[in-house]
Amino acid sequence: MSETWATTAAPDAASVSAAFGWALARDLRIALRSKAELGVQLMFYVIVVSLFPLATSPSREVLATLGPGVLWTAALLASLLSLPRLFSADFSDGTLEQIALSPRPLPALVSGKMAAHWLTTGLPVAVLAPVLGGQYAMDGTELGILAAALLLGTPILSLLGAIGAALTLGARGGGSLLALLVLPLYAPVLIFGAGAVDARRAGLSAGPQLSLLAAGLLLALAAAPFAVATAVRIALD
Amino acid sequence: MPPSSPLLEARSLAATRGYATLFQGMSLALAAGEALAVSGPNGCGKTTLLRMLAGLAAPAEGEILLDGARVHPFDARLRDAVAFNGHLPALKDELTAVENLAAWTTLENERADLQAIDRALDRVALGRRSRIPARALSQGQRRRIGLARLALSRRRLWILDEPLTALDSDGVDVLEALLATQLGGGGIVVAASHQPLPVAEGQLRRLDLALAHHG
Repeated sequence: MSETWATTAAPDAASVSAAFGWALARDLRIALRSKAELGVQLMFYVIVVSLFPLATSPSREVLATLGPGVLWTAALLASLLSLPRLFSADFSDGTLEQIALSPRPLPALVSGKMAAHWLTTGLPVAVLAPVLGGQYAMDGTELGILAAALLLGTPILSLLGAIGAALTLGARGGGSLLALLVLPLYAPVLIFGAGAVDARRAGLSAGPQLSLLAAGLLLALAAAPFAVATAVRIALD
Repeated sequence: MPPSSPLLEARSLAATRGYATLFQGMSLALAAGEALAVSGPNGCGKTTLLRMLAGLAAPAEGEILLDGARVHPFDARLRDAVAFNGHLPALKDELTAVENLAAWTTLENERADLQAIDRALDRVALGRRSRIPARALSQGQRRRIGLARLALSRRRLWILDEPLTALDSDGVDVLEALLATQLGGGGIVVAASHQPLPVAEGQLRRLDLALAHHG
């Protein structure tokens, strides 16, 4: 074989992190140039969370019971709202073709995109949640557990959601299909996430729920990049 | 490897869309320094053929060889060799021309050299518009960013879908010079085009997909 031109060896750690950094930096830069979209998403989260106390009752017991579930469900919906943006813009303007044809490892490139998605959607939600939790008569420890559970859980939402977003690329009505595909997958995250605060309320440790979320996060981190890379290649074919 | 042996070869390719056959039994071989102009009516499979050669789509039948070895879609050797300018511009509206070009260059595993990018943008007469978001550029100016990308590319296999669309006569001149440099350096160009490709007659080969399908 001709050796005149460089060839790509199996990806090493340096090329994986370079590819990850490339996609992360690029998506963050684009997100910062379209701040309005990020703001809309956070406002959506704030408004959904604030509607429940208005719609139900001002009683502390009712709100304390509802709180963790509402904060988590709203986080799921906020994540879902932002998912179509993750790949569809790159798909329709041809960037995704160029990314898939790049000599850089595709799983690392899509991981960078997923990391940027979490930093711009999941992380702000996890940071805001303890502030909003004040409306639901939650004490300091409960708010801490809520934030920890969201910090562990929202990356899972971005990772699982990215698989759905890549699978529905190019499908007609992709947005609503994406919701049908992804929301059932989000259910375990919701159960353990909201359960962490409930366990603390019942006088138990939140440790098991948080450990399960961490385990789920590790599993999603290991599997999602390869699943997304494969789905992207299928979508382009 | 002797210089006359084909770098890029396709053997009895077939493409289907749904149950319809776009073309079949399509073979081609290109040696270093050769350009292939693919023509044919709309819907005859020009873009499909280009996407197969770029490694974006799998042929229904047949095989594609690079340097005599068979390559599959998204093959690492193809991804090292190909610069693909499809009909989608791959431009990010939020980024400036310079940022778009720098992103592409680093994506191709090359170092982004800002001076080289500025020179490339000057060459396509976009120097003054290089620091504003791409959304503020006209259709022709956006195509010129694609030309600047080719000027920066060190890929040996260029696959271009309708490279002449929306280009004015100056743009065509720039494209002609870029193609001459690429072919002179031993690269290969495959272009689908309804207009004549600005390439010297001795380097140009032609493929009419409408004829290939019936023949």
